[in-house]
Amino acid sequence: MKPTDTNDPEYFHKVVDCQYACPAHTPVPEYIRLIAAGKYSEAYMVNWESNVFPGILGRTCDRPCEPACRRGRIEEKPVAICRLKRVCADKKEDIKNLLPEIPKEKNGFKLAIIGAGPSALTVARDLMPMGYEIDLFEATDKAGGFMRQQIPSFRLPEKVIDEETGYILDMGVNAHFNTRVESMKELLSKNYDAVFVGTGAPTGRQLKLPGFEQDQGKSIQVGVEWLAQVAFGHVTETPKDVIVIGGGNTAMDCCRTALRLGAKNVKVLLRTPISAMVASPWEIEDTLAEGIPILENHNPLEYIVEDGVLKAMKFELIEYSISEDGREVFTPTGQFETIDCSLVLLAIGQANAFPWIERDLGIEFNKVGLAVVDDVTFQSTLPKVFFGGDAAFGPKNIITAVAQGHQAAISIDLFLQGKELEVRPDPSTNLLSQKMSIHDWSYASMVTEERRHLVPHVDMEEAINSHTLEVELGFDAPTALGEAERCLNCDVETVFTADKCIECDACIDICPVDCLNFSTNGEEADLRRNLHIPALNLAQPIFVSEHLQTGRVMVKDEDVCLHCGLCAERCPTSAWDMHKFLYISPKAYTSNQPKA
Amino acid sequence: MSYKIPTFRHPNLPKNDLGYTTKDYEGAVSTLCAGCGHDSISAAIIEACFEMSIEPHRVAKLSGIGCSSKTPTYFLGNSHGFNSVHGRMPSVATGANMANRNLLYIGVSGDGDTASIGMGQFVHAVRRNVNMVYICENNGVYGLTKGQDSATTDLGSTSKKGEPNPLEPIDLCSIALQLGATFVANSFSGDKHQLIPIIQAAIAHRGFAFINVISPCVTFNNVPGSTKAYDYIRQHMASTNTVDYVPHAEEITTDYPEGTSENVTMHDGSVISLHKLDTEHDVHSRRSALTMIKDYKAQDKVLTGILFMDEQSKDIHEIMNTTTTPLRNLGISELCPGTEQLEAINELHR
Repeated sequence: MKPTDTNDPEYFHKVVDCQYACPAHTPVPEYIRLIAAGKYSEAYMVNWESNVFPGILGRTCDRPCEPACRRGRIEEKPVAICRLKRVCADKKEDIKNLLPEIPKEKNGFKLAIIGAGPSALTVARDLMPMGYEIDLFEATDKAGGFMRQQIPSFRLPEKVIDEETGYILDMGVNAHFNTRVESMKELLSKNYDAVFVGTGAPTGRQLKLPGFEQDQGKSIQVGVEWLAQVAFGHVTETPKDVIVIGGGNTAMDCCRTALRLGAKNVKVLLRTPISAMVASPWEIEDTLAEGIPILENHNPLEYIVEDGVLKAMKFELIEYSISEDGREVFTPTGQFETIDCSLVLLAIGQANAFPWIERDLGIEFNKVGLAVVDDVTFQSTLPKVFFGGDAAFGPKNIITAVAQGHQAAISIDLFLQGKELEVRPDPSTNLLSQKMSIHDWSYASMVTEERRHLVPHVDMEEAINSHTLEVELGFDAPTALGEAERCLNCDVETVFTADKCIECDACIDICPVDCLNFSTNGEEADLRRNLHIPALNLAQPIFVSEHLQTGRVMVKDEDVCLHCGLCAERCPTSAWDMHKFLYISPKAYTSNQPKA
Repeated sequence: MSYKIPTFRHPNLPKNDLGYTTKDYEGAVSTLCAGCGHDSISAAIIEACFEMSIEPHRVAKLSGIGCSSKTPTYFLGNSHGFNSVHGRMPSVATGANMANRNLLYIGVSGDGDTASIGMGQFVHAVRRNVNMVYICENNGVYGLTKGQDSATTDLGSTSKKGEPNPLEPIDLCSIALQLGATFVANSFSGDKHQLIPIIQAAIAHRGFAFINVISPCVTFNNVPGSTKAYDYIRQHMASTNTVDYVPHAEEITTDYPEGTSENVTMHDGSVISLHKLDTEHDVHSRRSALTMIKDYKAQDKVLTGILFMDEQSKDIHEIMNTTTTPLRNLGISELCPGTEQLEAINELHR
């Protein structure tokens, strides 16, 4: 193997598993160390720079960082990263004076942002400090988007949303609430220099048959929304009899999910024959294998609701054919069928999320009704219009929306400066020795054996009597310290200087996890196999040094390195040293960046 | 400075026949200087015992005084240990061995402890063929007292800030051979590939197994003028043979050209597989070993490997026809048979 180039910022970035996994590349170990030091406001700002909504995300993030956490590979559980994020939000002091200054003199560019969810607000946050003037249009009366509308208050209190959306709106965004943009054409005619669309995910279509109004939205639900509710844990059970209408993959997801949540009698009904279903063949196979009947050629006619309670659904059997010009023809047979049900899940396609974007503006749309958007620049086919968050590529999560907002903001800035959008700015990195004295480091190198701490909850009785009382209480300071110390400091890197090494074996002998080896060089596969403990986790890189005096190389398997610094402590020549690696992913503006 | 090592180990750490990992053979964190060769020897002992599935409670570690003699704290933390007076480890080892022949005795000493203050003790343990592994961690310098020349410092060798040594060195391997040692090896702390199987062969050997391990002192004797520095040894090291230790249950798979390899079956049934690098040398000839050491030294080479072994050797218990039962397992009447028995024995000699 060629010697590893540790000057490539991506090498060490990948070693910091949590940060690498985070869509916004939040420097996790950096803020965890600050929490351990009790510097909550600074920890909050490290978060705020990267992920914009630390208090919200500290409660609701999908936490891709936690499954990635190295701690999970050496003991059972990862560091409670998300809950630590909440600690810095809970315990910080007033941080308003730490927020970036907004130039009084504007740079002359005026932007329109449509929507006030995480991606839209991130774009505003990144561009306001650069002097852009921003008009923000939001259909509802408050900022937050999905974060406010879809996450229940017992998980995410309103005041947290108010605070963190407020930091951005208070930058001087011209926010127009209760203002639904009805026409992109009209908006574009107002000569904005660029437009960002952050209007969230399109939703599924309703089926408004007789009886729909009487149900009052209780038992007739849009499948994708219901699935989201299940994913969030809001829906945990179903009634006995469930009907799923539709023949696509969403319908398959719905019926199989319903089965798992306790439904005894799930049926899928379609207007077409099974042969004309649009679901993937393997999805249909799996559904049938689970014993769920798919009833074809059933045309829904009516919801039967008695005293406001859904009882059944009425169908007419039809004959299906294809006309000469290729259109589907449904011929009524006059036969009717009524099927009992207490829940109907509609999976009959997506509602058009962008009826307000005229199709003749140069913004191309794809088959599923989403705008065609570049997945790096987030630019649409109309150069001045950008998309981000769920409006760009469909439903993901908050942290992804934030990351996309950062990228869109970079693109908008490059676009208005007349630069190429494809040439993305580099991350800023810093590598600094942590040596304090001969065997002393400026980070807590000892690895604690403490197990993951549980977050305390409010009393159950109290909790279930209120849907606004926050259930989780968050860590107190001592617990936060204990949890923070579980962090292995994966951003403090083992840096090797081959020409200082005397091959005394001291590092190899002391390494608690046997990740260091002297070896003759070879192909990566052979090297990995022949290490003292073979490096079998291919997702983790191995480090290979320059040739040493004996012709061998130092090989380090990064997989379970504890970053304990013992190799460097036991190295008589400082061939190993511990360097803190700070990786700040690029953003449109760069003030207040933490320093290594 | 870290006085404690994290408790986490690699999740794929292999287990031996006893179900133990190397963690079960570790000791406390070393307090020796960073980069000390002695730490590598400790690691080699850990690996050797792990691979041989030796029960830690069946091992007694013995040492005297010096940097080397501190190391038993740093390996086999679950074994018995005795840190004796300077140079007196051989007496303690002999006594312990006489009292309980069922334990594995590992003595660790240094060049000061063995070749100076303990020389009188060392030579008698050799000639008595006490069944033990005797490792001399030889760095050619008094590290614990800030770097004076020792009795094994080569003529003309200089330590850090030192004058060239004007005195002839003691060659411990030659002395052991002359005194009738039944297993003599020379090795280097920086070559575990060689050292680990040599330690395993020494453990399998019945009788006194002497291993001289050149172990650079990074603080006082790892300088360009020293003949016991990492660089010097790497440049001047030569080997009589490479060694594979093969437990008796395993098939021998090494495949060397005819006439260059030799399999020696030990009394416990295990096999030492030697691949001769110097075909002139006969590992069963004491005279050949002595000659080789001299010849290589004349060429400025340090000869390593197993220099001599006599796998048929009789240890002190066999020579003296002692009881096979450890003394602690004998009853009072067997240990002290009474006046009548004493009278009877005395009568035989009148």
